[in-house]
Amino acid sequence: MTKVDYEKVGALIGIEVHQQLDTKTKLFCNCPTQIREDEPHFTFLRRLRPTQSELGEIDPAALFEFHKGRVHVYENYDDSICLVEQDEEPPHLLDKEAVDFALEISLLMDSQPVDEIQVMRKLVIDGSNTTGFQRSVVVAFGGAINVNGFTVPIQTIGVEEDAARKIREDGTNTYWRLDRLGIPLIEVATAPAMKTPEQVQATALRIGQIFRVTGKVKRGLGTIRQDINVSIKGGAIIEIKGVQKLNLIGQVVQYEVQRQVELLKLREELKNRGVRAGQINNEIHDVTPLFKTSTSKVIKGALKHKEGVFALILPGFAGLVGWELQPGRRFGSELADYAQFWGGVKGLFHTDELPNYGITAEEIKRLHKHLKTTQSDAIIIVAAPKQEARDALNAVADRTREALKRVPAETRGPLGDGTTRYSRPRPGAARMYPETDVAPVTVTQQRLDRIRQALPELPEEKLQKFKKEFHLSDELAQIMIRSLRIDLFEQITKSHPQLAVTVAASLETTWRNLEREGVAVDDIPEDQIILIFDHLAENLFAKEAIPDLFTWLAKNPQAAVEEAVQNLGLGAISKGELKAIVDTIVKENSKMISERGDRAMGPLMGMVMKEVRGRADGKLVNELLRSAIKVQLDSK
Amino acid sequence: MTSEEPAGYLGEAEQTLQKAKIKIGDRIQIQTAQNTFEGIVIPRAEIGADDKHIIIKLDTGYNIGIHIDNIQQLTRLKKGRKVKPDLPSVTRKTKKGLPLISILSTGGTIASRVDYHTGAVNPALTADDLYTVVPELGELANIQAEVLFSVFSEDLLPSHWTTIAKQTAKHLEESAGVIIAHGTDTMGYTAAALSFALQNLPGPVILTGSQRSSDRPSSDAALNLTGAAIAASQGPFAEVVIAMHRSPDDTSIALHRGTQVRKCHTSRRDAFLTINTDLFGEVKNGQVQILAEDSTYHHRNPKRKLQLLPKFDPKVALVKTTPGMTGDRIDSLIDRGYHGIVVEGTGLGHAPKALLKAIERATSETIPVVMTSQCIWGRVQMRVYRTGVELVQRGVIPAEDMIAETAYVKLMWVLAQTRDLKEVQKQMLHNIAGEITECSKRSQYEEMRDQ
Repeated sequence: MTKVDYEKVGALIGIEVHQQLDTKTKLFCNCPTQIREDEPHFTFLRRLRPTQSELGEIDPAALFEFHKGRVHVYENYDDSICLVEQDEEPPHLLDKEAVDFALEISLLMDSQPVDEIQVMRKLVIDGSNTTGFQRSVVVAFGGAINVNGFTVPIQTIGVEEDAARKIREDGTNTYWRLDRLGIPLIEVATAPAMKTPEQVQATALRIGQIFRVTGKVKRGLGTIRQDINVSIKGGAIIEIKGVQKLNLIGQVVQYEVQRQVELLKLREELKNRGVRAGQINNEIHDVTPLFKTSTSKVIKGALKHKEGVFALILPGFAGLVGWELQPGRRFGSELADYAQFWGGVKGLFHTDELPNYGITAEEIKRLHKHLKTTQSDAIIIVAAPKQEARDALNAVADRTREALKRVPAETRGPLGDGTTRYSRPRPGAARMYPETDVAPVTVTQQRLDRIRQALPELPEEKLQKFKKEFHLSDELAQIMIRSLRIDLFEQITKSHPQLAVTVAASLETTWRNLEREGVAVDDIPEDQIILIFDHLAENLFAKEAIPDLFTWLAKNPQAAVEEAVQNLGLGAISKGELKAIVDTIVKENSKMISERGDRAMGPLMGMVMKEVRGRADGKLVNELLRSAIKVQLDSK
Repeated sequence: MTSEEPAGYLGEAEQTLQKAKIKIGDRIQIQTAQNTFEGIVIPRAEIGADDKHIIIKLDTGYNIGIHIDNIQQLTRLKKGRKVKPDLPSVTRKTKKGLPLISILSTGGTIASRVDYHTGAVNPALTADDLYTVVPELGELANIQAEVLFSVFSEDLLPSHWTTIAKQTAKHLEESAGVIIAHGTDTMGYTAAALSFALQNLPGPVILTGSQRSSDRPSSDAALNLTGAAIAASQGPFAEVVIAMHRSPDDTSIALHRGTQVRKCHTSRRDAFLTINTDLFGEVKNGQVQILAEDSTYHHRNPKRKLQLLPKFDPKVALVKTTPGMTGDRIDSLIDRGYHGIVVEGTGLGHAPKALLKAIERATSETIPVVMTSQCIWGRVQMRVYRTGVELVQRGVIPAEDMIAETAYVKLMWVLAQTRDLKEVQKQMLHNIAGEITECSKRSQYEEMRDQ
């Protein structure tokens, strides 16, 4: 694969950033917006039926799932989930707090709020919504944000309900938990106006920053998700849904552009070889007898279960099934995705990768002979029950024919390394219709004025404030405005502005260091962290004790801060005690002091700090030590 | 509930559209101070709608409302296509070897399709429509579909019951069973009415509907309808029943006897409960299972001659007694010429003393007064307390364990046949369609309580 010239291939990229709001209630009922890990109290099960449009359109993937008898099992809690999430009661009014928040974001992004918000139902029948649709509203249009000097136009700003959480799949049953369903999500969609992975990454970061300055979004992995749409000249609009990690976005874009470029090259190669779509037919060959004595584990396993081995011929494709599209992902991987999705088979073999996996050269030779194919053809093999193999190979044949025509429009899902896999066909024009159970909401001028008056500062305004008022270094201030814990920082510094530098360093530098060491800092309840700084402000211990406190509390998240202080033997020592310790150490090291003079300060400081272990403030130690050394030197 | 015709615009919004010669479904362009929007004009929502906004559907599928004062320019880009309404008709599709069943619709949208162009929900009315929306039906039975009327269930009248009964009887001449698609609000009343009007049934009569509208993928309608179709075509019984979800799960359809069933929840799928007796049966995994004792119901017999008694006297009132209530409400019913009164009394069948005089006046003017209980569960027993005794002395008919709604329908039906007070009393206390049980069983209430 060659390096991509984004300008030349005409890459156009847009993103949709979704983040959970930290509202008191869900978007359409009064349940808390709380994710739970304890054992669910009860379950119920449903089937979702693909509904048909007036034009007779039906979502093929949904229909397929329905015919497979997909059953959705929903997990519930008696005390935090109500009949609305269970689709046993009509939705209540659109949550005011969430709408206010979306309007706030709209004003921050110069987007124009609509006059009247209409609640829509967006059909989603994978089971993630008990209703079979996601309720969604557009709150504002247009606007722009500035990302490192580049203007990114905003298309829409909206609010929608988050989906249920998929817990596991078990045969035809899918288990979902309803705790997440209905949590409000803000959605900001940019125009497809970005041209490089760097721009996209920076834009996502910027949107996230703007969300966080409001202090009204949830924190942590899983609370923010990005959908990225990527197209290139001659390619297709590919939507990559649910990228959770910010630093993966650039990589995802780069690999998707690469994938489309490679697919177009593959098409060119096929054209050069004279392969035509008409040559690929959906004829599926039962080749089970040829593999009766196969040593391949997969095939042996399939035959043991009375399944078969089936083959599909791809004329003229030899060598091309192994064409690399993304690092470690070949055209064959795409075919395998289709086979898996439509046929439910675990995987497939193709002759470009054989002999291997226990399939011998002899078997391949026999296969070619039996199918009357030549070395220039590729053969796809699936070992599975007949119907599944048939569904799988039909999908493979369809996808292969597509390769001769175009890059198919798809919805894809991200893999851990930034590559992506096929997840389903891209739905046609969004299938939406009005949610008649919820009244529309008029956006009044008074409401906008009220929100406008209380707009938070933008990140760059905060940056200045952090530097000027809180005396944070430029570096630390930059880190803080990007921090996931910026609102915690602001909350603490509201009561203790004098501790700002310590708070920032603790919440970022210390935090990250501890995380690297494997300390689960995230487990410490927020109010405990606030309490630590309250105590610090009262000089109950010195700031040097913070790493130890974080570590201890991460291990004992239920314990009180006071317990931590006691257990760690903290509790600040008096100035007199400290002076005694300093004097002792100075005395013991008088030789070093006379040898090194002022430069003895460093090692001595270390010794004292080790002795007092966070029970004394470093600044005070420094002061006392310096004067003790001075006394010592002067006395000589 | 049924879907209405797409509601149009009112007042200023309507004038604005008219002035620009714009109709619902047209593609238009709206220019505001900051934006230009293009989209299709959508019918105004019925809930909370004012006359100041125009709703358009954007190409993204989203609808937005634009205040008419913010519109600087309004242009029609393209005329909308006409959405052809489905014409009600009788249609039929046949597949050899399958039983014939009839589906009569009364207004409940048991099946419907969304028009994604305008967002309107249109009922699926013909058999063809039903097959398209619920294709499994075609595997179960041959279907004859007829639209009787399109009325919200709360607007149905006793005269509608008469029509439904007559048409059901007619369809039963050919069909193995009849399904009546009905709004859920008053389904219990219609079920009771049909239980009395259709006697000596040859096959099952099944009312069904949906608690979640059928345009949504999670609707209970399709499963209720297929459950009803299985019961209508294969069920071994010849009774009037309601077929609705047995629980929030999409697994089992409960079959409730038409005279002992009540809507007990505003929104749940399993809103219907059988009162004062055990559940009649269920449809699960494609099979009908009858839970009632063999001897307690009529078995299917195509040769049996149906007896049709479809008349109802609408001049009957159902009155719930409350603390502080006075006799004037009963008096006003007598003054207005009502023919019968069902009282939903308290406890074992009591009414405030203040009502005694008016009740005495009613019975003395040969207006039957029937006592039921607002407790819902249990039997009235009017000899335990003095109030009860005094009411009975004044001619009040204690309706045993009949639920109030059923007693109300039954009194209408009895009065259509006789106004003779003695005869009315006799008929009211004679069990006709399972509305009165001889013994009060413990199980049903306890299951309910322990839920």
